[in-house]
Amino acid sequence: MNPFRFVSDVSHEAIVVDRLFFLLVGISVLIAGLVTALVVIFGVRYRKDSPAPRRALPQMLKNEVEIGWISATAFLFFFIFWWAAAGELSALTAPKNALDIHIVAKQWMWHAQQPNGIREINEIHAPINTPVRLVMTSQDVIHSMFLPALRIKQDVLPGRYTYLWFNAQKAGTYHLLCAEFCGTEHSRMTGRIVLMTQPEYSRWTETEAPTHGLAAQGETLFRSLGCSGCHGPNASVHAPDLDHLYGHRVQLSDGRVVTADEAYLRDSILQPRRDIVAGYKPLMPSFRGIVSEDDIVRLIAYLKSLSTKNVLNQQGERQ
Amino acid sequence: MTDITVDRLPETKIGESYLDEGHSLASWLTTTDHKRIGILYALSITAFFFIGGAAIGLVRLELLEPHGLFLTDEEYNRLFTLHGIIMVWFFLVPSIPTTFGNFLLPMMIGAKDVAFPRLNLMSWYLFVIGATFTIITIIAGGVDTGWTFYTPLSTLYANGNVIAAAAGVFVVGFSSIATGINFIATTHMLRAPGMTWTRLPLFVWAIYATSVVMILATPVLAMSLLLVSVERWFGVPIFNPNNGGDPLLFQHLFWFYSHPAVYIMILPAMGVISEVFACFARRKVFGYTAMVYSLMSIAVIGFMVWGHHMFVAGQSPYANLVFSFLSFVVAVPSAIKVFNWVATLYGGQIVFKAPMLYAMGFLGLFTVGGLTGLFLASVPIDIHVTDTYFVVAHFHFIMVGGSVSAFFAALHFWWPKITGRLYPDYWARFGAITMFLGFNATFLPQFVMGYEGMPRRYHVYPEQFQVYHVISTAGTVLLAVAYILPLLYLGWSLLYGNRADRNPWHAAGLEWETLSPPPKENFERTPTVTSGPYSYGEDAEPQAHTA
Ligand code: HEC
Ligand SMILES: [Cu+2]
Ligand SMILES: [Cu+2]
Repeated sequence: MNPFRFVSDVSHEAIVVDRLFFLLVGISVLIAGLVTALVVIFGVRYRKDSPAPRRALPQMLKNEVEIGWISATAFLFFFIFWWAAAGELSALTAPKNALDIHIVAKQWMWHAQQPNGIREINEIHAPINTPVRLVMTSQDVIHSMFLPALRIKQDVLPGRYTYLWFNAQKAGTYHLLCAEFCGTEHSRMTGRIVLMTQPEYSRWTETEAPTHGLAAQGETLFRSLGCSGCHGPNASVHAPDLDHLYGHRVQLSDGRVVTADEAYLRDSILQPRRDIVAGYKPLMPSFRGIVSEDDIVRLIAYLKSLSTKNVLNQQGERQ
Repeated sequence: MTDITVDRLPETKIGESYLDEGHSLASWLTTTDHKRIGILYALSITAFFFIGGAAIGLVRLELLEPHGLFLTDEEYNRLFTLHGIIMVWFFLVPSIPTTFGNFLLPMMIGAKDVAFPRLNLMSWYLFVIGATFTIITIIAGGVDTGWTFYTPLSTLYANGNVIAAAAGVFVVGFSSIATGINFIATTHMLRAPGMTWTRLPLFVWAIYATSVVMILATPVLAMSLLLVSVERWFGVPIFNPNNGGDPLLFQHLFWFYSHPAVYIMILPAMGVISEVFACFARRKVFGYTAMVYSLMSIAVIGFMVWGHHMFVAGQSPYANLVFSFLSFVVAVPSAIKVFNWVATLYGGQIVFKAPMLYAMGFLGLFTVGGLTGLFLASVPIDIHVTDTYFVVAHFHFIMVGGSVSAFFAALHFWWPKITGRLYPDYWARFGAITMFLGFNATFLPQFVMGYEGMPRRYHVYPEQFQVYHVISTAGTVLLAVAYILPLLYLGWSLLYGNRADRNPWHAAGLEWETLSPPPKENFERTPTVTSGPYSYGEDAEPQAHTA
């Protein structure tokens, strides 16, 4: 495994973070140096009974000094804020075509699921030069996905999805750590992220691929759990058609309009009463306790495949 | 000498030291004298400090080896939890306000006591009972949530006596609130004739600002701990997402208290440093008005930056930007204070006595702590280093390098006033320097390993970080020496130290005008104030008094 490094070139984002870091180190050394130098100079020059003359500063000059350094610090700090904020805003959301890898954290391990259904424990394989998005949730307490080589981190929460995305540029095996204290074996909740070139990654997915991809597994569940009984084409119940749902806007009965993303699909399955689709009765039962986090991932993958066939095909081509 | 004493018999009576107002244990436990209560606090927080220190001593030993030496995961987690809870709530938060604040605030404004002396005693009882209760539960049963009690770990998953520990902290919170109310009332009501607001020493202003933060922030901590207990005990789903709760709600409530709590810990320290710098540079503090305004603005803006603890918690990225911006704003007044202290040295007659050395240690460490705060206020850097040793190092620079150094500066500065004894300055200076070196050896390596990616609260860790951990543990040994040393030479001073006169440092300030140690009523007669603080003339110089 590659060692932890003080300077990282594994992704463009990491380089940006390091650059900001060293800028701040520079500024800090200057300021701390200035303070130390002044203390030493004054300490020597104005030590007790030293011959140096002690002239009182005129009041006018005093005010100028004060105003001077208030505005200088304020200006400097806002400059740093602006620089840092620009860095953050440029990498806010993952590109639409990002490769989604699902992560389920639990005390004290990481489960990963590749788009084609490969399951991994405490390990993530991902291609470089491709935007990769980790779609993460937790089964119990709050954990935190920390990839130091990529200079990124995101808490992983129970009951909702959080996202982390990166576009690595250097292949290799790097540390993966849990950064949020999560109980007894927190420090053992570690693993590795394997970044590979795209051909390597495709080869890996082919050799490891399970017989059914995630979406296919989801389809089986969709039938065995009885979803199709209501949502299927010849259902007796009046339930919405789930084709072309993911990524599209949904009109809810209380007037809100929401976009059907992972979080919405998840809520629809676990807390159907929360968002009722306009024009439908709240007939859908909650599947809380019936489906596991992994099952939800599969169901969502299936629902996504119903409306994002094009995107999936693109990914297929890329491999 | 004897003749005169006989002549002035009534005045000698009133001049009897507060320490001689009864020597029995009961006389101490039922006292309402702010000075004695200050001493009670000092003794209790010292005991807590060494328990918390012992806990982290074991942790640092354990970290000598990447795979641990002698602790299980569970024990390790309990120890750092014990350390955090004790040091934050039972040492740092009460440290300067309840000891030096209690002892000095009334004296500095020319009052006989605080506004509500009995409430003051009750605060101490609440504090000791709550703190002792929590410490016993943690040591006996164990709590391993960390001092932050994050949900749903603390409410649904953690083993151990979470509720009992939280209950103790809850009770201690009321002690903080009562103390805050007391200090605010005292400052408003009991200033001596002529002691206008602009003549208040900066230490008084600092305690005043701290008190405001205490009474506004502590109730929120009480609430959030109550909610944790309700969910853990009765299963009411407040933070549990499986029943519609929100785990992040806890973090918002918690940090809404705990960020201002950082200022509860550092503002009093800033007050101490202003007094010490002025005295040992023989100068008025540079820019008194700016110093007051920066204290107050830190107290106010400090309430609006809690979200900087949650940049990776799942908060909106736009909220992150707002909190980032406000965190830079709150850094400005802190920087101003550093510059003004430095400017205070200009044209002075500087003497490097022990209190001054501790204060200069504060200045250096606080500056580094503040500068690394800028790193953490920058969202992209914080995303990388939050929950790593970088953060651990940062807040120890502020809270230990800053507040604890200031506590020691205060201890050495006012020791002659409090005890009426002098201490060996040589040993004290040796202690100050050891503390500074030990501190840096302990925490500087943590910045490096933190930036490389060493997470905090890790019992076992990648072997690559061992060298930093070993240096850090070696530094801890030095630091431990520096903390134990004062026990010895100050203990010696109590028994054998030379008597101090009223004003051994030739310092300005009402507390130095009365006897050392002061009589119960503080002053022979109520003083009248005619000028501002820090009237250090050209000729007044601190005497070279040593034991
Ligand atoms: C008893 C019939 C029934 C069953 C079984 C059922 N649903 Fe539903 N579902 C409905 C109805 C009715 C609605 C519309 C009302 C609402 O929004 O709750 C709905 C809404 C939804 C929606 C939101 C649709 C939109 O247009 O926004 C999703 C997603 C969904 N169901 C998925 C599932 C999945 C996955 C399963 C199986 C695990 C399932 N449903 C099982 C009846 C059912
Ligand atoms: Cu963890
Ligand atoms: Cu904070």
